[in-house]
Amino acid sequence: MSYGFSSPVPASAAMPDAIPLRALLPWAVFGLVLSMVLLYFVGAEQGATALVSGHAVHEFVHDGRHLLGFPCH
Amino acid sequence: MAGRLLARGMIAGLLAACLAFLFARVFGEPQVNLSIAFETARDAAAGMAAEPEIVSRSVQASFGLFTAAALYGAAYGGIFAIVFALAYGRVGRISPRALALLLAGAGFLTFVLIPDLKYPPNPPAVGQEGTIGLRTATYFEMIVLSLCVMGLSILVGRRLTQRFGQWNGTLCGVGLFVVLTALVQGGLPDINEVPADFPAIVLWRFREAAIGMQIVLWGALGLIFGPLAAAVLTPSVAGRHRAG
Ligand SMILES: [Zn+2]
Repeated sequence: MSYGFSSPVPASAAMPDAIPLRALLPWAVFGLVLSMVLLYFVGAEQGATALVSGHAVHEFVHDGRHLLGFPCH
Repeated sequence: MAGRLLARGMIAGLLAACLAFLFARVFGEPQVNLSIAFETARDAAAGMAAEPEIVSRSVQASFGLFTAAALYGAAYGGIFAIVFALAYGRVGRISPRALALLLAGAGFLTFVLIPDLKYPPNPPAVGQEGTIGLRTATYFEMIVLSLCVMGLSILVGRRLTQRFGQWNGTLCGVGLFVVLTALVQGGLPDINEVPADFPAIVLWRFREAAIGMQIVLWGALGLIFGPLAAAVLTPSVAGRHRAG
């Protein structure tokens, strides 16, 4: 019996089936990359760094950037 | 399975963002406007011309704020769903709803509260143009370190739980979390760029609104995602069988 992450409950109490790591991995990578890109545009684009020139992106999300806690001007 | 959870996480994040937007619109925007009024008066007193508005204030406060909240909600909804998919069935017997709520609390603590205790949200007019690089870098570093501290504390806490029991193991994990958080926050540089004459009440209300917005977002994310995930994970009614 392997411990690792499982908590010490009696084996009789059924633990729900975990999603196999192999099935999870591609979705995890895809989801993390997508989320990072979204967070980048909300939190940092046209602030510290810029992929798109100008200030339109920064100004459009400006109030959200401040209220969500990202550093801004 | 994982893909469906991811999609539902992002949908739950979007719905939660709608509520967070309403909260921010009501409680946050008045403080943003007061800060901008302060900034405008200060710049006028210094003889500086008003900054050109590329996007009008009303668009910033409505569609702009909504878009920012929606992107943020979808992003953290996705991350949340991935962590949920990893944790489900590996952290003990716990219903999808309870696990979702537990993870939402942990997510709020890790991604919002701990980083904000070190680098609190600031309204416009607070913050100097020249330090945006440093402020952005330290803020994201703080989030990454907060995540590391949380992960490490959970792993150590679970190990100790197996050896010394639930109560003692959990206490040790919490203690480790507090100590590591203090060390990390003490090690990162302090940044204070609040102008000396900036109204304290506006700063306080702004930060209350910012944290409140996040509580609404993460609370709603956990509550909405739970039933959505349960529907995917317990296909008993329709008799569908679980696939990878
Ligand atoms: Zn700003």
